[in-house]
Amino acid sequence: MSMAAGERSARAPWALTAPALMLFVGVLLIPLAMTVMLSFHDWGQYKGIEPVFILKNWHEIATDPYYAEMFWRTFRIAILTTLLTALLGAPEAYILNRMSGRWKSFFLLVILGPLLISVVARTLGWALLFGGNNGLVNKLLMSLGVMRSPIPFMFTETGMVVALAHVMMPFMVLSVWAALQRLDPQIENAAMSLGAGPATIIRRIIMPQILPGVLSGAIIVFSLSASAFATPAIIGGRRLKVAATLAYDEFLNTLNWPLGAAVATLLLVALVLIVVGSNALIERRYAEVFR
Amino acid sequence: MAFLELDGVAKQFGAQTVVDDFSLSVGKGEFISFLGPSGCGKTTTLQMIAGFLDPTRGAIRLEGKDLTAIHPAKRGLGIVFQSYALFPHMTAAENVAFGLEMRNVARADRAERVRAALAMVGLAGYEDRHPRRMSGGQQQRVALARALVIKPSVLLLDEPLSNLDAKLREEMQIELRQIQRTIGTTTILVTHDQNEAMSLSDRIVVMSQGKIEQIGTPQETYERPASAFVSQFLGKTNDFAGMIDRTATPARLVAGSWSAPAPAGFNGAVTVSIRPERIGFGDAGLSAKIVTRIFQGNHWLFQCDSECGPAIVIRQNDGKAQPAEGDAVRLAWRPEDMSVRARAVA
Repeated sequence: MSMAAGERSARAPWALTAPALMLFVGVLLIPLAMTVMLSFHDWGQYKGIEPVFILKNWHEIATDPYYAEMFWRTFRIAILTTLLTALLGAPEAYILNRMSGRWKSFFLLVILGPLLISVVARTLGWALLFGGNNGLVNKLLMSLGVMRSPIPFMFTETGMVVALAHVMMPFMVLSVWAALQRLDPQIENAAMSLGAGPATIIRRIIMPQILPGVLSGAIIVFSLSASAFATPAIIGGRRLKVAATLAYDEFLNTLNWPLGAAVATLLLVALVLIVVGSNALIERRYAEVFR
Repeated sequence: MAFLELDGVAKQFGAQTVVDDFSLSVGKGEFISFLGPSGCGKTTTLQMIAGFLDPTRGAIRLEGKDLTAIHPAKRGLGIVFQSYALFPHMTAAENVAFGLEMRNVARADRAERVRAALAMVGLAGYEDRHPRRMSGGQQQRVALARALVIKPSVLLLDEPLSNLDAKLREEMQIELRQIQRTIGTTTILVTHDQNEAMSLSDRIVVMSQGKIEQIGTPQETYERPASAFVSQFLGKTNDFAGMIDRTATPARLVAGSWSAPAPAGFNGAVTVSIRPERIGFGDAGLSAKIVTRIFQGNHWLFQCDSECGPAIVIRQNDGKAQPAEGDAVRLAWRPEDMSVRARAVA
């Protein structure tokens, strides 16, 4: 009797989570496993996909410098985007946190605003401003005689970094904001009473305490930027490809699904390794601040 | 000359006056408590001394120099915050060393002073602990060491013991008093705990609604409360309505069936305040009935229903027989144990 009850209570959590687990397995794990398997299949222009196990795709990615360049560009853009959001987002969050009630909620809305607009619309906005000879800013600057040719923005890495940083900024600000909320409201007064000036307070007291927030924001921004599709697709187009747009092209234009699967798998594995690795590093390094 | 002087200090937030006409002079080495309920302006006053707030009116002087003209970082005051406000990313030693670093104290000298300060608060051996790995009491000691190591001219304590449990609080009170006596730093303590104020301070400033109600030694404020607020706030008290009877010669003060020769300077309706431990059971006096009798170890607490309203009586447990619940008793006290205030008659 009691054993049956014990068994039932042991089974209950599984039964209760079964629908969610099934969904998780069905729409995430199985497709993921199939993608990994797909990357080992063969493909030919006329024969299509052949379900055999070969390392052709992986060999191609490993040896052709085209793919190395592509991945290197992807991570370079992601790193620069992360740096830019940290550089602008952390001070932004700090200033926001010091504002008084009404202004604070207003500017918080301004910062979160981009999240309310589709990423495609936001990126197209950048294209409208800086897109070649017809871009608004370019037109204005050229008609004023400030410059002869349009600012190089479209199809450049700079343009991609700027547009991505704009899209990712809320994640960094929110993450630093959360760290700032944990600060003792008297901590700046405490440092001041001990003789510290404003610059010292920020450098020695505030910065070390919000650094974990900056780093966790950086992980979010980095992984989202490295796997971003819409922004690189619009700004970079087919001229300046990154890993995500490359995989997309292999799947939908070349129709070389196995190669596209290999690119997607490599991107996923690289991202997981980077994120898990840096997360472990941060948690160990800042154990005292996180507690 | 006064060491620290507050002269007509006031603070307004918009139309609201939080502190009004606060004047106090503190002697060197004195331990002063600002005592009052929350929202009475005691913390605001402390923050004005610290420099986190600027007074709307009035002057604050330290050794004759205008303190409000000096930036908070340059005032050289030691402050212990209610939340301790320790730097969580630094060890105990680094926390304590911070103020010395800001003063460019040489490294070797700094290490020695940090070690001495932590030893003074009983935390020798805890140098490398981070605050979040310490108990509330230990964090409190680090905060105290951090404030004292810079040899502040004045030590400001903002409800430093309110986050500790009762037993630890009592221990820290004794320790705080000993440390303050040893190093002789002028200290201002903000508290809402009357026991804390009484056991620690040389003088207490009782505050209510932004105003000073009374400044005096713990004994003065307890035994000779200047206002009804002070007598109610500092411990338990009995307020009886009385009358000065000028028809008798000499004039007498009458409260119910209790009477005594009238004190000078009063006329008509008065309020008589007596501490519960100063009332005895006698053959004559205010007639009352005992409603409840509570045994509290070293003393008995009686709640009585007297002809002048409810009354509390505390008697030492000296082994003698005490009246039981329901007994009719007479309450009597010596005239010198009471304080008399004029009473407005509606």
